[in-house]
Amino acid sequence: MPRRLAWLSGAGGFALSPQVLANGWNMPVGVTDLSREIHSLHMTIFWICVVIGVVVFGVMFYSLFRYRRSRQPQAANFHEHTTVEVIWTTLPLLILVAMAVPATATLKNMYDTGDAELDVMVTGQQWRWRYDYLGEEVAFTSSLSTPRAQVRGEEARGETYLLDVDNPLVLPVGRKVRFLFTSDDVIHSWWVPELAVKQDTVPGFVNENWVRINEPGIYRGQCAELCGIDHGFMPIVVQAMAPDEFDAWLAERRDEAAQEALGVDRDWGHEELMTRGEEVYAAICASCHQPEGQGAPPTFPALAGNPRLQEDLGWQLDTVINGVSGTAMPAFRNTLNPVELAAVITYTRNAWGNATGDVVQPARVAERLAR
Amino acid sequence: MASKLPKSPLEHSAGGAGAAAESPGAPPRGLLRWLLTTNHKEIGTLYLVFSLSMFFIGGIFALVVRLELFQPGLQFVEPEFFNQMTTLHGLIMVFAAVMPAFTGLANWMIPLQIGAPDMALPRLNNFSFWLLPVAFTLLLATLLMPGGGPNFGWTFYAPLSTTYAPPSTTFFILGMHLAGISSILGAINIIATILNLRAPGMRMMDMPLFVWTWLITAFLLIAVMPVLAGVITMMLLDINFGTSFFNAAGGGDPVLFQHLFWFFGHPEVYIMILPAFGIVSAIIPTFARKPLFGYASMVYATASIAILSFLVWAHHMFVVGLPLVAELFFMYTTMLIAVPTGVKVFNWITTLFQGSISFETPMLFALAFVVLFTIGGFSGLMLAIAPADFQYHDTYFVVAHFHYVLVPGAIFSIMAAVYYWLPKWTGHYPSERLGRWHFWLSVIGVNLTFFPMHFSGLAGMPRRIPDYALQFADFNLVSSLGAFLFGFSQLLFVVVIVKCVRGGEKAPAKAWEGAQDLEWSVPSPAPLHTFETPPHVTPQPHP
Ligand SMILES: [Cu+2]
Ligand SMILES: [Cu+2]
Repeated sequence: MPRRLAWLSGAGGFALSPQVLANGWNMPVGVTDLSREIHSLHMTIFWICVVIGVVVFGVMFYSLFRYRRSRQPQAANFHEHTTVEVIWTTLPLLILVAMAVPATATLKNMYDTGDAELDVMVTGQQWRWRYDYLGEEVAFTSSLSTPRAQVRGEEARGETYLLDVDNPLVLPVGRKVRFLFTSDDVIHSWWVPELAVKQDTVPGFVNENWVRINEPGIYRGQCAELCGIDHGFMPIVVQAMAPDEFDAWLAERRDEAAQEALGVDRDWGHEELMTRGEEVYAAICASCHQPEGQGAPPTFPALAGNPRLQEDLGWQLDTVINGVSGTAMPAFRNTLNPVELAAVITYTRNAWGNATGDVVQPARVAERLAR
Repeated sequence: MASKLPKSPLEHSAGGAGAAAESPGAPPRGLLRWLLTTNHKEIGTLYLVFSLSMFFIGGIFALVVRLELFQPGLQFVEPEFFNQMTTLHGLIMVFAAVMPAFTGLANWMIPLQIGAPDMALPRLNNFSFWLLPVAFTLLLATLLMPGGGPNFGWTFYAPLSTTYAPPSTTFFILGMHLAGISSILGAINIIATILNLRAPGMRMMDMPLFVWTWLITAFLLIAVMPVLAGVITMMLLDINFGTSFFNAAGGGDPVLFQHLFWFFGHPEVYIMILPAFGIVSAIIPTFARKPLFGYASMVYATASIAILSFLVWAHHMFVVGLPLVAELFFMYTTMLIAVPTGVKVFNWITTLFQGSISFETPMLFALAFVVLFTIGGFSGLMLAIAPADFQYHDTYFVVAHFHYVLVPGAIFSIMAAVYYWLPKWTGHYPSERLGRWHFWLSVIGVNLTFFPMHFSGLAGMPRRIPDYALQFADFNLVSSLGAFLFGFSQLLFVVVIVKCVRGGEKAPAKAWEGAQDLEWSVPSPAPLHTFETPPHVTPQPHP
């Protein structure tokens, strides 16, 4: 707070805070060739507007001052002038054409998604992102990791408040990456300013965009399209690394996924399913059904003490795997793997006073998924 | 410019005040009188009072939003309620404050400016107005319903507004239908009045620009309000009758919603600004004591803007995944709008050039309009550049842009109009001293609120978020302070109006020395009935 007070009373009012100085108040230049092009278009059109503004407002304020009534008791009486009117219609037209030419070139470039070396499917979900490295058998979800206590002001806010995720999207530097965007529920918009990529994720449709990152680093963004309660809480973090590092990372993730797949056939204990289920619940379910399963009726029903959930396991399996059409409940068959599904179902049947004692094995879920 | 005053200004309205008392069914008194009135001036007043009250309700919603955004973190409201506030702020300001204010001004001033005794369809006029309180009571009542009110933004994109919407959405749809019917009926009435009831001798090209811009606006309304009605009906069917217009799982297309919405929505933007052009084109010549420069080009520019407004809708959808040719087409057409808009600004400024300018409150608001609307135009031009829009889209830069166009644009023009015509409505001048205070506080408040939003948007802050990263804190702090300054300054506006209705310096028929149009030929305050015998307007050889 003192920092901002200092801002207000600061020398000339422009002693900006460190954050603003670091992040600026202009569009970032970004770290791709396209983001640079876009930034330069932005600056060109900005300066064109400034020049026009100076001329137009200059004439206006000159007239207001020079022809104020005390100095100019009698007004002139002209009310048209063809030459002037023709000039100020055609001159802007020429400026616009001059502006449209580079804009068209950049746009064509942005739409050229061919020859990609890596395809990443980005799926928007209320309120997290799912990243699927197509053909690499690596996929994971990425959600906000800023503690809610920081949002509530119960603990100090970190530098990257609201811009931290559990699993960042990892990308190689120097390779052309094609994104395929879609959504499981409502429209979201995946936006990372420094990559100059913003693209809506539309349910039932696939949009494309691409990026070739020039510099390794961590680039942060946010969902840009209103998508419900937690629209402000679904950030994006991209970690760009050297190609060989990236390949190593990808191989490691692939192994982990294979390990996880093996787990399906094994018999899981109550405790380990509960532990795993609690994690999955917190990351995936809690944003709607609330941390204590109390829900937010009527849109998000309570799970704690829910009689149908406790009595009818078959119904719960169907609801979680296939979703409920016409409601906010999405299908999780592609989002979660059988172990995660089994864990979270076991957890919800045994947490917050729900005491069914059921242990749902991953194998049972896998069999259900196969139907 | 337009028509000359009739030779003897006062003769047309003689006996006007007495007419009501003599008519067969004497008008009811008290509340019933307002409920049943068919008089264009009374209905105009109803519209304006309704609009002003809604302006404050929408304003309170905006202040809730700004309060929550005052600093990072969630302090005052939950995200769910925050979303309802942004949504209802937008809906109320667009459909219940700005649009009815212009309709109210049209009701009061169009008959007076064309020498007509009333609107062409007076009973329809009454009905059009009374639909509005019903519509917006319904809309506001959704806040009290289970699941809360609309929370999907004023653009209510599907499927957030259909499959994922709160149960109250059906009431929202009904309210919007009623407001839409009201607008269409109002527009029909305005067109019928302008085309049929002009005083003998007044040609189309003699009409004041406020009449011209409203004529074109009315055609826009008739063209696009049915599209809005169609799209909300499709929502209704998706929600309640199992259709899948916008539900991808059922074979529908969520993007279709946006095409339909913006085919309505972009012309809607001009519905909210063309009458403002008309108002400013009346006020600037009056206080520059010089005829409007380029009357004919103003008319043509307005018409071209109206036509272009049907060809640019997808510039709101540059990142939704349009094919390249569509992006290019909509980028070019949108850039083209700068040309007729520029012509208007140049005309106003040339009207000032070599005038004899005085700075009464209406003129102050009109001049601020020219400057600040132009700034909104510049950011609009930037937004038209499709590649750059990939960075601007859905950020606070867009919020800054359209608030510059709507607040110091549309709303300042309405305030200018109120200060300009109050002497005609009440017979008294509004307080110049309070008017100046109101003006300067509003100008400072508006710029403090909205200018920093350009920066927060460019720096990466998405719109419609209840909490934000720390680098946006300073901008939001200033915006919130500005918003409270602007909001509370509007109480001064109410004080000015109430004082002016109650008394003040008496205004003559021609309240402003440089005023030229026909309304200044009837006494101030304008009696209930005017121009019962049409005035004769001398046709002038038009430039
Ligand atoms: Cu979102
Ligand atoms: Cu538009």
